[in-house]
Amino acid sequence: MTKLETLQLKLTATRVRMGVIEATHGAGCGHPGGSLSAADVLTYLYFREMRIDPEQPQDPNRDRFVLSKGHCAPGLYAALAERGFFPVADLPTLRHSNSYLQGHPNMNTVPGVDMSTGSLGQGVSAACGMALAAKKQGSDINVYTLLGDGEIEEGECWEAFMFANHYKLDNLCIMIDVNGLQIDGATRDVMNSEPLDSKMDAFGFNTIVCNGNSFSDLEQAFKMFDLSHGSGKPTCFLLRTTKGLGVSYMENAVDWHGKAPNDEEYAQAMTELRNAHATLEKEIEFNNG
Amino acid sequence: MADIKKVATRVSYGNTLVELAQQGADNLVVFDADLAAATKTEIFRKEYPDRHFDCGIAEQNMVGVAAGMSTMGYVPFVSSFAMFVAGRGFEQIRNSIGYPHLNVKIAATHAGLSVGEDGASHQCCEDIALMRSIPGMVVLSPSDDVEARAAVIAAYNYNGPVYLRFSRLATPVFHDPATYEFEIGKGEKLTDGYDIAVISTGLMTNEALRAAVLAKRQGINVRVINMPTIKPIDEEIILTAARECGRIITVEEHSIIGGLGEAVCSVVSEKLPCLVHRIGVQDQFGHSGPANEVLRDYGLSAENIVTAIRDIVRPDNK
Repeated sequence: MTKLETLQLKLTATRVRMGVIEATHGAGCGHPGGSLSAADVLTYLYFREMRIDPEQPQDPNRDRFVLSKGHCAPGLYAALAERGFFPVADLPTLRHSNSYLQGHPNMNTVPGVDMSTGSLGQGVSAACGMALAAKKQGSDINVYTLLGDGEIEEGECWEAFMFANHYKLDNLCIMIDVNGLQIDGATRDVMNSEPLDSKMDAFGFNTIVCNGNSFSDLEQAFKMFDLSHGSGKPTCFLLRTTKGLGVSYMENAVDWHGKAPNDEEYAQAMTELRNAHATLEKEIEFNNG
Repeated sequence: MADIKKVATRVSYGNTLVELAQQGADNLVVFDADLAAATKTEIFRKEYPDRHFDCGIAEQNMVGVAAGMSTMGYVPFVSSFAMFVAGRGFEQIRNSIGYPHLNVKIAATHAGLSVGEDGASHQCCEDIALMRSIPGMVVLSPSDDVEARAAVIAAYNYNGPVYLRFSRLATPVFHDPATYEFEIGKGEKLTDGYDIAVISTGLMTNEALRAAVLAKRQGINVRVINMPTIKPIDEEIILTAARECGRIITVEEHSIIGGLGEAVCSVVSEKLPCLVHRIGVQDQFGHSGPANEVLRDYGLSAENIVTAIRDIVRPDNK
């Protein structure tokens, strides 16, 4: 990945973050924190990694993505809108009673959503089913799913992890957004699930620990996923991330797990993101130079 | 009577999966949770090992995996005991299959008290109530081998989530396969009569038929209605019975809370109020014992149905 490509991804991720703020502010509620920690991996997936076509959201040969941590719908919707699945202007209708942008992802109303999720622990099982189906069909598609580090406290996740290994789903990439925070506090205080790397290793995964907010790290991780095809081992990314990243007052602040910015906070967040966007545009212009 | 064929509907289920596959149902896949020998999906596994997936003792994940697989064009049948798939897997069925209205068939065996010796922990008398409450879920409860086979085929051909309820106990086959026709949402009038209607489902239909014979000896003409579809319920056949018989008894191997009885009550109470007496498992748990003894202990027998019929039709002549 060239420096210019990295800058372009950063620019896109900044717009995805703006979408998260627009959506949650428009809704007056929702989950900005985990959407912001995941904005970079969502950007990478939809702009570089996945084989998808916004013009054909139901193409059977598309790669699949399941947002197992469904409450981060603002992040997913912002990435999908930015990628062209539906208008960015619709994002502020999130959670409105007449909107197709349901509070949690709905595969039947939102173009580009491959599975309805929201109840934690269930999306990863569906992703396993998709990966198994692709194997049975002899299809070369990949299946990606993003979980929260709080979500994996659900027992069903570990049932799914066993299943992925047992059925040798090396076309499945399980990504855990390890931002370290959940509603009631730090995950290590609420229900400590560490050490995650040795747990996932023991469950038979090709485990990759990386900075989930670094595009060069993400590039390396996805390369390793590609290389693992044929190994019979499913892949797990442990994405070390910062919850709320990109909006200063939301960063690492547990309060911002599930709360919308008010008008004043919205203005500040958008100013910060617009400034970051402008800086990136200048850098890109300089590199194009 | 010794020559009456007895088959458990779980066996009908396993056999029909194979038949469907043989007839070209190439997208049919089967999931089980370490109970293939009991649910009889092993019959399918033996013929089509590549299309049978054991999920281990992990029903919640099994339901979700099937949901995901259905989004890729497969028609999964998900099997375990009713207690563990409808019970433990309820929220997964509700959120991962029901809400997106995915084309998954939940085939639960060992429903009701006739599980027998395993006792209350395994005797699920709440599954119909749970499944009925999920928007868009079709709930089928066949009464014998012929009907169970037809129900499996109908479920496969229907596009959407279906819950199928099968039994462990082998019971008489009373339908004629040559003439029997099954349609989702249709009840079946088995005997004509105008003194009282007995509406039954699952294994209880055979008991209702026996009860009708016993009542006839006492001069009471019973209309027996078999109700293989609990949802969507056949309102027409219920309202006709209410109009023509004026009194209804429901019989089910399920809690009287939330099952067939309450489904019938909700139809008549809104459209044509009449007496409905519900025979089923009262607000209590089951216990261990041979299936037929347990059923008798809980009043799920032809003899008890006849007593109820007589009490209602001839209240002054006990």
